[in-house]
Parts: sequence; structure tokens; C-alpha cells
Amino acid sequence: MADLHPTDAAEVAAIVAQGRPIEILGRGSKRVIGRAVPADTRLYLDRLGGILLYEPDEMVISAHAGTPLSTIERALAAERQRLAFAPPDWRGLLESASDDQTIGGVIACNLSGSSRLSAGAARDHLIGFVAVNGRGETFKSGGRVVKNVTGYDLSKLMAGSFGTLAVLTQVTLRAMPMADYEATLTVRGLDAAAATKLFSQVLGGPFSIVSAAWLPCELAPSVGLEGDVALLRLEGLEISVKERCAALAQTHRVEVTPLEGESSHSLWKALGDGVPLARDSQAALWRISMPPSVGANFVAALSQARGWLDWGGGLCWLAVADEGDACAASIRALLAESGGHATLIRASESTRARVPVFEPLTPALAALTTRIKAEFDPLGILNPRRMG
Amino acid sequence: MTQGIPYDRTLLARRAAIAADLRRLLPDEAVIADEVGLGAYESDALTAYRQLPLVAALPATTAEVAAVLRYCYESNLKVVPRGAGTSLSGGALPLGDGVLLGLSKLNRVLDIDFANRCVTAQPGVTNLAITRAVEGQGFYYAPDPSSQIACTIGGNVAENSGGVHCLKYGLTTHNLLGLELVLPTGEIVRLGGKHLDAGGYDLLGLITGSEGLLGVVTEVTVRILPRPTTIGAMMLGFDSVEAAGACVAAIISSGLVPAGLEMMDRAAIHAAEAFVRAGYPLDVAALLLVELDGTATDVELRSAQVRAIATAHHASCCHVAANEAERIRYWAGRKAAFPAAGRLSPDYLCMDGTIPRRRLPEVLERIDQLSTEHGLRVVNVFHAGDGNLHPLILYDAEQAGQLERAEAFGADILRVCVEAGGVLTGEHGVGIEKRDLMPLMFNETDLDQQLRVKCAFDDRGLLNPGKVFPQLRRCAEEGRVHVHRGETRFPHLPRF
Repeated sequence: MADLHPTDAAEVAAIVAQGRPIEILGRGSKRVIGRAVPADTRLYLDRLGGILLYEPDEMVISAHAGTPLSTIERALAAERQRLAFAPPDWRGLLESASDDQTIGGVIACNLSGSSRLSAGAARDHLIGFVAVNGRGETFKSGGRVVKNVTGYDLSKLMAGSFGTLAVLTQVTLRAMPMADYEATLTVRGLDAAAATKLFSQVLGGPFSIVSAAWLPCELAPSVGLEGDVALLRLEGLEISVKERCAALAQTHRVEVTPLEGESSHSLWKALGDGVPLARDSQAALWRISMPPSVGANFVAALSQARGWLDWGGGLCWLAVADEGDACAASIRALLAESGGHATLIRASESTRARVPVFEPLTPALAALTTRIKAEFDPLGILNPRRMG
Repeated sequence: MTQGIPYDRTLLARRAAIAADLRRLLPDEAVIADEVGLGAYESDALTAYRQLPLVAALPATTAEVAAVLRYCYESNLKVVPRGAGTSLSGGALPLGDGVLLGLSKLNRVLDIDFANRCVTAQPGVTNLAITRAVEGQGFYYAPDPSSQIACTIGGNVAENSGGVHCLKYGLTTHNLLGLELVLPTGEIVRLGGKHLDAGGYDLLGLITGSEGLLGVVTEVTVRILPRPTTIGAMMLGFDSVEAAGACVAAIISSGLVPAGLEMMDRAAIHAAEAFVRAGYPLDVAALLLVELDGTATDVELRSAQVRAIATAHHASCCHVAANEAERIRYWAGRKAAFPAAGRLSPDYLCMDGTIPRRRLPEVLERIDQLSTEHGLRVVNVFHAGDGNLHPLILYDAEQAGQLERAEAFGADILRVCVEAGGVLTGEHGVGIEKRDLMPLMFNETDLDQQLRVKCAFDDRGLLNPGKVFPQLRRCAEEGRVHVHRGETRFPHLPRF
């Protein structure tokens, strides 16, 4: 077993070019997502760090893939900017001992927080990259401007490929301005179905909702709330936010309690980080994306499960007993009806070996996926089996 | 008759037989093999290139699309998919030895789902028809390319189309939830649906903007947005392009995201004003149009912010549209810039580079120098908010050598864009127009990796070959087939 920590991109290429199976890691904070990788070499990108370019007035930032997320976020915050997809920190959720996560890891896993609903996913904010493919060749795609249709959009393919196509060495992301002001409306006493219905109405209205989530009474205390509670986040100029909050309460005849500024901000940070179900470390955790109108079905369908909703009902976090198939068959049967996909974000290694962690693909799509993988990594040496 | 990409003329002898084969898969009238009928498909909106297809097939269902593709795959026939043919980069230019696959008969809106805020439509539905289908309920489809009355949603997916409002609402890729796609083999796959971030590799994102080289889209699910309650517009004049460019940077980085932020140079202002009387000031060097949307309060407060920024950047005039009629008039001038350029000159070439916003003044100065060097006039309109330039190069195709000069000028402009840290195309696509310029942005390893992606979808290289890439590559082989690597652009293409 060898742990390698290359300090420049040429070293990364040289390591890959040796043609032996490699497990690719930033700082390893998300290592337990997906199947265990059978490889004797672990390639850590943690020493390939540093911001290469940050132009606040162009709202673009480029960094080596191993740059700690906190370094990026600090640099952006100094200019009152941010990554609008709100990359979550799942170290608590995944019981990771890592002291940080890397920007390359965030992108490779396509991790987005609650504001994904309105601001897009990590993949939407990656506008260019440099990577090493499985042949040890360094290639680039995209650029440093947002509006670009030159060639295939390989950034989309990289985001969410969990290091199975290429080793990211450099990423270029769009930066967005921080909000002047934010507030969250809390609406009590709604069950999942009623909350989903409210979300559908409100998101179809003129309120510019940034995030919308629902917590049942047993999970609300984890983020300092109580009762079954629907949460709606608004951003913008303070006068406008307050006006929209008032209009929303009146139009939809709901009693609301607002949370403002920092208390709103930290609430959504906690939700993005998966705090509501993080404490129950014995449970297996699913993250399920589906049409928003059916979100409530998932919370109700499994009697043993505990769940909460984000993305206006389109994302369900579900904790189930970490035994047998961890309810995979039931969850995926529901998805077969509604459309969507489920990822087993956290489970014991034995469960992850038994149950497909990522949504199984149809035969035609699985064959296409295999061909794409082979065109990037013909020897199958980059994170072998991680998504398999 | 002029040609496009060089082709295998021996196939012309098989035209009748191929048409007969296709008529076993489609109704008789859905297969066109006579030269008069085929004439309707000989070019797209990049009219400098023309080529009759071998045969045109017009399927009406996904099953028919799959049957045609399977037949072509088995017969080793090339296929060029086509929506409304509004591509500005020659993406739908037919091949003389290929089947033109027209998708206009797949023209139904299949599902309107307000609860999930999405619409599912067949690829031949026009962009504007999606908005028309939902506007009664207060919704719209955000990407609005200028050709939206004609261009199809399938073509929008193939080109990742943008529009004036993509600054705030994103390109097609950011508004797309699901696709049904037919692979070159005839296999049908579904990507995404009504949910976010489909599982597995993001093939939805990869297909978007792939210019018809990876598969044929037969069904599209897009998200729809509620209409903002208030829309306001402002018009700002500046004595220099530098000052206007600095004002754009200040507006964008202030944190307010306008729904649209457009710039026109002096030539464009004068051309548009003469054409539609939009009320533009004629004594300024650059004009900015700013659109703000949201609640009435948002628009009022943001307008005041923009005004303050404009004043700080020495705007020589600052007008806020007093009413909807005036707002529409501001935009009428910008939207008329292309036809207005058409009044100045018999022909024009529309370029489409994107640059980092702050480089705008120097890039415009360089374009001005190039205009003198090439002896051709240029009119600049600009999606300033996202750095997307549309220089319109004026030329006269009747004058010998002018098209060549216009193309050389265009290539020089794109070279300047890339050198400034920008890209070859912001929203029009590479197509046939810019394929030989790809090495300006990408080295051979970069292009090779893209060509390998093509191989994963299309191992026989049958789908829209000759577009996007300057060279072909045999799949599953290390060697490359160099079609042409010369310095001259499009050496095979006769000019007219």
C-alpha cells in the first residue's frame, strides 16, 4: 500500500501513467461514499493546493484541485462573494476525521446544498478544468468565462464522476455575490404532503424563493426548531425580502415566524451539511432526488424510516436500518413509478458491497457509461469499482 | 450550386435505392429525394455554405427516428439532424452523401406539469411555443435566443442556446431536466426526468451543446419559471467604450444581477436608430441597456443602484423607461441591430466570441484596427453582462474576395478573443464555421479526449461528421486520420 502526495500536476500524470489501479482522494473526507476501491496506491491531491486566479469583478476563481474548500471560501468572503451552490460539509455526517475537504473533491462528487433549488448544482458552476485521464494524458476543457459552447461540455461529465474518468488537477468556478440580506420563514404544523403542496404554490409565485425544506417534529430539534416545520428562504435587499415575506404570508394564509440574517444562514448551513440525520450513526442514509410533487410519498411510504425534505420537496433524506438491503428495493420501486434516483450516502462497508450505492442504470445506459469510462480510462485504473 | 463538406459522389447513384429503403420505414411523403424538394434543406442560417443532402427523412415519432438511425447505422450512412435550421454556425449544413434527418414533425407539447414546474415537449416544438403553452398560468421558459419564434427546443438542446436573459436565468443546460435520446445505433435512452441531477454520469449536461454529434433528441423536459411581476429597463450612454465597460463590471460585481445587460457601439446605435427610431442618443460612443426584474420594490431599488453606479462612471445620459411601451422601444433597437446591419450592407457575418468583461475596451480597439486592416466595416453588439461579443462584419458577397476577407477578419477577431482569455463561441456553436479554429483553444490531447467521447456514442462516426472538430479520428485506434491541418480555412469549400 502506497500513499502518494504529488505536489504538481506533472507528478500526477506520471503516477497515473504507470498504469496501476489508483484510489484518488483529496483529503479523504468523502471516501466512504460509493464502493470500496480495490487499489494498492492511494493518490492524495492535498498537496496540490493554491488559488491560481481570483478576479472578483469577473466573478471567476481558479484553483488547484487540492485547495481546501475553506481557503476558497475565505478568499471569496473577503470580497463578499461565495460559491452559490453552497457546497456542504459532510464530515460530520460521514464521521470523517479529515480536517477539511478539497474543492476538487466537492466537484468530483457534485455536492450542492439547499440553494441548489435556485442556484444550480456544483456542475453548473464549474466552467473549466484541467485533468489527467487514465492514459496519463493531461487535458483541459471549458475556459474561464461562463458563456461558452466551444466543444463538448466535459465539465458536466467530470462533476459527479467520483474520480472514475480523470484526476482533476485544476478547476475554474464561477463566483457569485453574497446576498445583502436573508430571512427564513418557518411555517409550523404542516405534514410532508401539506408542505410539498405549499412549496409548489410558493415556488410558482413571485417570491424568488432560494431554498425550501421540511422537517418532521422528531428531526426539527436537531437544528433548533420544534414541531413539523416548513422552511422558506428568501434573499435580496432587506426591504424587498421583508416585503416578499409579508406578501407570501398573506397570499398563502400562513402564520410565519421569520428567522433573519445569521440565524437563517446557519440554519441552512446545518441543513446542507445533513445535520438532521447526522447523529444517528447506526442508520444507513439515502439521498433521493425525485419530482418535487412526490417527495412526501417517500417520507410516508417507509414506516421504519425517518426523513426530511429539501429542494422544495425534490430531495428526500432518509435514514433506515443498516441491515439487509437497507430498503433499497422499496425505495427504488417507488422511484420506478415517479422517476428519480437514490444514492446510499452512508452505510457500512458490507451494506455498500451488497447494495448498489448509485442508482442502477438501464442496460443501454450502463453500456454507454462503460464505453465513456473506457474512452477516458481504458485500463480501468481510476477509482475502479467506486461507482460500480 | 456550391458545396459544403467534400463527399462521396458514388452514393448519388444509390439515392433512389436509399429513398426506397427509407420509404419502407416512413410514409412515402416523409422521404424526399428530388432536388427541388431537397432544396429547402440546403443550408441553415449560415447561408454562406450550401449543400443538397443525399436524401431527407422526416420522421414523426421516436420509433421512426430510431428506425431511420438504425437503418443508417447498418448501411453506414451519415446523418445530419436538423430542427428549424436557424443555426448560425452551420450545425445543420447537410452532407452530400448523408441523410438529412428533419425533426419538424415531432412538434407536440406532451405534458405541462405546473406542480413540478416543467414542460415536456417533442424536439420540433419552437422555443416560444413552450412559453405560449404556460403563460396563461403566469409561467415562461427562460432561455430566449433571438430566433425563438422559429428555433426549436431540440435545436436549443443541441446548441445549448442562450439569449439576452441567460445572464440571470442561465443557458439551456441550466433549464433542462430530462431528455429522450436516440443513439446512432437506433437505441433509445432516457436521461433525467422531472427531478434534479440525474444519477450516474451527467450525460444530460454532456449532450447539451454537443451540436448533434452524439445522439438525436426526441423528447425534452425543461423547467418553467414564474413571470416576474415587474420588469424595468434603463438606457445609459457613455462617451467612451472604456467607461461603458467599467460600468458593466461595476454593475455585475455590485451583486445585483440584471435580467439583461447589453452594449452597442456607435455604429450599432446609429444603424439601429435609423432603422427603428428607438430614441437612442446619437452623441455617445457606447450605449448600455439594463433590464431589471422582480417585485416593484426590487426594480425601483435596483434601478437607483444602477443609476448611482452609472453616475460614478460618468454616464453622459441615464434614462429609465417610464412605461412598458418605452421599455419595449429600448429593446426594439437592440433587437433590430442585426437587420439594421443588413441595411448597411448586402451581407454580414455574425461573430460570437466571449471574453472576460474587463478586456472589452482593448478587444474593441483591436477589432477597430482589424477593421481597417481588412478594409471591412464592423458593427458591435454585445451581451455585455456575460462578455459575449457579436461583432457583425459587413461585406458584399457579390464582390470577389469579400467573403474570404470577412472570414479572415472573423477568424482574427476570434483569435483576439482567445488571446484575451476568452473562447471561440459563446452561444452559436462551432459547427462548420469555426471547426478549424478549435486548435486556437485546444491542443491535440484536449481535442483527442473530446473525439474519444464521440467514439463512445458513435463508433462509426456517422452522426453529423465534419462539424465541430478539425480532424476525424478512427475509433478504437491510436492513429488519427488527418483530414486537413493546413493553415487555410475550409480549403475544400468553394466560395460564392
